[in-house]
Order: sequence, then structure tokens, then C-alpha cells
Amino acid sequence: MVPLSWYLTLGAILFAIGVAAFLVKRNIITIFMSIELMLNAVNLTFVAFANHWHQVSGQVFVFFVMVVAAAEAAVGLAIIIAVFRTRETLNVDQVNLLKL
Amino acid sequence: MNPQLNYALLLPEIVLTVWGILVMVIEPLLPQRSTQKGLGIFAFIGTLAAIAASLWQTTIPAGTGWFDMIRVDEFSIFFHVLICCISAVVILASFEYLDSQQIRGGEYYGLILFGTVGMVLMSSAVELVLIFIALEISSISTYVLAGFRRRVATSAESSIKYFLLGSFATAFFLYGVALMFGATGSTSIYIIASVLQSGQTAGTGAPLLSHGLAYVAVALMFVGIGFKVASAPFHIWTPDVYEGAPAPVVALMSTGPKAAAFAVLLRILFGAALNTGSGWFWLVWISAALSMTLGNLGALLQTNVKRMLAYSSIAHAGYLLVAFAARRDIGIAAAIFYAASYAAMNVGAFAVVSHFARSGERYVSITDYSGLGKRSPVLAITLTIFMLSLIGIPATGGFFAKFYVFNAALKSDLVWLTIIGLVNSAVAAYYYLRLVVVMYMYEPQTGEGKLELRTAPGMAAALVITAALTIWLGVAPGRVLDYARRGADHLRPAAQQQSSFRSPASGYPQDVRIPQHQAGDR
Repeated sequence: MVPLSWYLTLGAILFAIGVAAFLVKRNIITIFMSIELMLNAVNLTFVAFANHWHQVSGQVFVFFVMVVAAAEAAVGLAIIIAVFRTRETLNVDQVNLLKL
Repeated sequence: MNPQLNYALLLPEIVLTVWGILVMVIEPLLPQRSTQKGLGIFAFIGTLAAIAASLWQTTIPAGTGWFDMIRVDEFSIFFHVLICCISAVVILASFEYLDSQQIRGGEYYGLILFGTVGMVLMSSAVELVLIFIALEISSISTYVLAGFRRRVATSAESSIKYFLLGSFATAFFLYGVALMFGATGSTSIYIIASVLQSGQTAGTGAPLLSHGLAYVAVALMFVGIGFKVASAPFHIWTPDVYEGAPAPVVALMSTGPKAAAFAVLLRILFGAALNTGSGWFWLVWISAALSMTLGNLGALLQTNVKRMLAYSSIAHAGYLLVAFAARRDIGIAAAIFYAASYAAMNVGAFAVVSHFARSGERYVSITDYSGLGKRSPVLAITLTIFMLSLIGIPATGGFFAKFYVFNAALKSDLVWLTIIGLVNSAVAAYYYLRLVVVMYMYEPQTGEGKLELRTAPGMAAALVITAALTIWLGVAPGRVLDYARRGADHLRPAAQQQSSFRSPASGYPQDVRIPQHQAGDR
């Protein structure tokens, strides 16, 4: 049997990759994908803990997270389209009208 | 009927949801290109109904329901009323704005109402996953609202920035929830508190997985909430988003989600994590000091009024966090009172900005305000009231808010934090007063004629309400402070009142005793 710590480590690594990609990537869609990766890392953590505590609730939370992620995706892609229409670019470095 | 399914506990949320749906259904039936004011009045009535529903909740006994996910007590009712009032005033202030910017009202008012549902739910949720969902309901609505002038590049940009950074922060919050679930085997705030206290999980008696995990979880949740309240070092998004978003929406999102997020933070820090004790104390201390300093220094440099108010809202989040670092018996009430008085003055300030900006939000730089004292004396006087209140001049709500916060901090021996806060208040006076000076001492520059408030009855009503509340809180704060204290009392021994509650879904014992926490044990 795979020990709990392996799952948690994998979850933490995936989360860290998501954070790193969020900070490094320049395309808005890729940035958005890295947020999804972070949410899925959390899902993995939830399921691992649900198994550890023998509680179904942890697995149910995953569905809630998925629903929220889907809602975020719908809204997020709509906003991305609005940005693209006004700026004709998806590079965050060029979406820079608002600056100090 | 299952006694767990107590609809009375959810009444404000239900009213707001139904009203939001009605607004969206009615909107297509209205003739195209007509004024959206009727719809606005309808939405306004919805928020009034929600306020009435919240007030009615005071007549039912405080308690939890929905499988211990919802708790309605004076603490949550206070925030219900506060948040619904914010939405009501914001809707009033939007009437003329929507017409002048040619925004369709159905989605706009609908989203404000749905966002309010999320914020109201945040303040009464006592279960971390429900808090997360409520947070997302309010956030997703505000992401869309921020981009409502979608043909304008700055508005779309503000929306995408808010969306990306907001989702990023929410992921941190959610990771914190997952780790807290892992450490304690539960996501209910009260059960978490008892597990952290006893070191044993409630159901099986299995040992707590790790205290370190719980610390990390609280820190991660603090990142997520810190973003929502725009406290440093998670504040970078604030000026950009506030500058680009429509001004009435900024009035909403600089106060409503903030108040709700502070309610959540109070619940998590004082409800669940209470027994990790001083673990989060330095977290809050550093964030408070940083927010006050960075917010005020940033505001000094601004030439755009919306950006200036954005930095000021960062600074105010810092003042509020000072109350979190203070002793719990006085700190919580101070924090609640600060949230209320900050909401009154900040909504008012942004309402003036939104009225003055005119179509296309042309006039938002500080020099545009020159001569406003002559062009529109009433508008200038109300803005002056809000500025004085934001500084914290006596006879305004801002004074007592700051007074109670720093008083609580001093009584808790937080001398350095108090000094940092007071120095910052002095710095802040400079940029607030600069706006007042520009209004009264400079000659008009914009070439526009007189600004008539009479043509904008909704805006006028919003300004009267916020100005009256600001002054009322400054002259007679006793009543609201009293409510804040009672709410704080409910938050504190909630664990004790909660001594027997069921959680049939997960097989916890019927009686989970949570000892009362002693004040100031830090």
C-alpha cells in the first residue's frame, strides 16, 4: 500500500509547480491552467486525507472543488475573451494599462 | 421535516437569491434602451427585504443548522445587516451610473445580489468548505462586476487581474482547508477547535495528525483571506483593480467582501485556531504593520483618486488587523465596529467619486477635483466628511473606529504596533487633506459647469445615508458598539454554547465539549 506521505508529497509538488507556473508563465491561458493545477493538487490532498481518516466527506469536497473550478473556468474564459477583444493580445506583459 | 433543514437560518440568502433571479428574469421583458432605474429600485427593495429578513433572525434563538454548517447568532446577524446595507447603498449609487455608462442593468443588479448572497453566507458559515464556496460565490460575482465596462480596456484588464490573482489566492485558502482537514479529520470550525485543544480527534480518539500541519493550514488560509481583505503583502492587485473597475463596483468590493472576509477571519482565528494560541499572532502583527505602512506610503504618491483610495483601503485593512492582534475580549468588538464604520465612509467616498467621474470615468485625477467646492458645494462637503472620517477626526465614525482599535492594542501591550499605527494615521492625514485642499482652494480646471446632485436622486440618497451614518457613528457610537460587543461575545463562548451538537453524517459523538477559552492567554 502506498503510504499517505507519498500522496501528500505529490500533492505539495503539484501545488508548487502550479505556483511556479503562475509566476513564470506569460500567457493568460497558461496562467489560468496553472491555477487549475493548484486546485487539482488540493483535490489529491483531500482524497488522500479522506482515505487516511476513513471519511467520505473528504471525497465529497473534491466534487465541490470541481464545481467551483468549472464555474471559475466559465467566468475566467469569458473575461479572457473580453481582454483579447480590447487588447488583441494574451501576453500579461502587454496588458499593462494600469500601472503605478 | 428534518430539523436540520432550518430555512429560517438561511432566510436572507434565500431572499437575495430569489430577488437576483427575478431581476434577471424581468430585465429582458423591459423595452430596450430604456432607463434601468426601475430595475434598480426593484433590486434595492430586494436588499431591503434581506435586511428585514436578517433583523427578523434576531427573534429566533441563536443556533446552528444544516448539519452544523450554518450558525446564526448576533455576530452573523450584525454582518448580514452590514453587508446588505452596503449592497443597498451601492445599488442606489448605481442608478445614474448605469445610464450614463450604458450598462445593462439585469446582469449588473443580479450579480450584485448574488455576490451579496456569497458575502452573507460567508459571515454565517462555520464549516471551512462552505466558507470556501461562499467565498467563491462572492468572488466570482465581483470578478465579473469589475469588468462590466467591457469595451473599455482598463476595465477588462482590471477584471482579468482580479480574476487571476483572486483564484490564485483562493487556491491557497483551499489548500489550507485541505491541510486542516488532514490534521484534524474535520472541517467544522468547532470540531477543529476541540481537536486542537485535546489533541484527539473527536470520533475515533485517534491522535491529531500533526500540530505543524495545523499551523501551516492556518497560514495558508490567512494568505487566501489576506488577499480578499487586501492586506500586505497580498495587496499588489488592489490599486490596479480599483482603478479600472466601475466606481460603484469598487464601492462594493472595497467594503462588502472585505467585511465578510474579516468575519471569516474572526471565525477561523478566534473560533477554530484559538488553541494554536500565539501561532498566528506574529502573522497578523507583521501583516498589520506592513499594510498600514505600505498602504499609506503608496497613497502619498498617487495622482488618481481611485488609486489613492485603493491604497487607503490597504491601510485601513492594516488598522483592522491591529484589532486582531489585540486581546480577544476587546479586540473582536473593536474589529467589528471598525468594519462597520469603514464601510459607511468608504462606500460614501466611492459614491462621490463615481458621481463626479461622469460618463467614461473621465474625471478621476486629483487635479480634476479642484474647485469642486464652488462647482458643487454639497458634493464637496460630503466628500470632506468622508475624508475627515477616513483620517479619524473626532465626530466622525472613523475616529471611534481607530480609537477603539488602538485602545484595544494598548491594553494588550502592543505598544510598537500602536506607535506604527498612530504614525501612519498622521501620514494618512496628508493625502486625505490634500484632496480637501484641492477642492476648496484651487480654481476649477475641467471646464464642466456646475454639478447638479438634484438630477441624480439615487446618488443623493446614497450620499445622505452614508454621510448620516458616518456622523452618527462618530457622535453616538454606543449603540453599534454595543451590538459589536454582543456579537463578539457570541463569537467567544460559541464553543461553549455549542457544547452539544450532532454531526450525523460523520459519526462524531453527540457531545463534543469544548472548554471556554480564557481571555488574553497569550
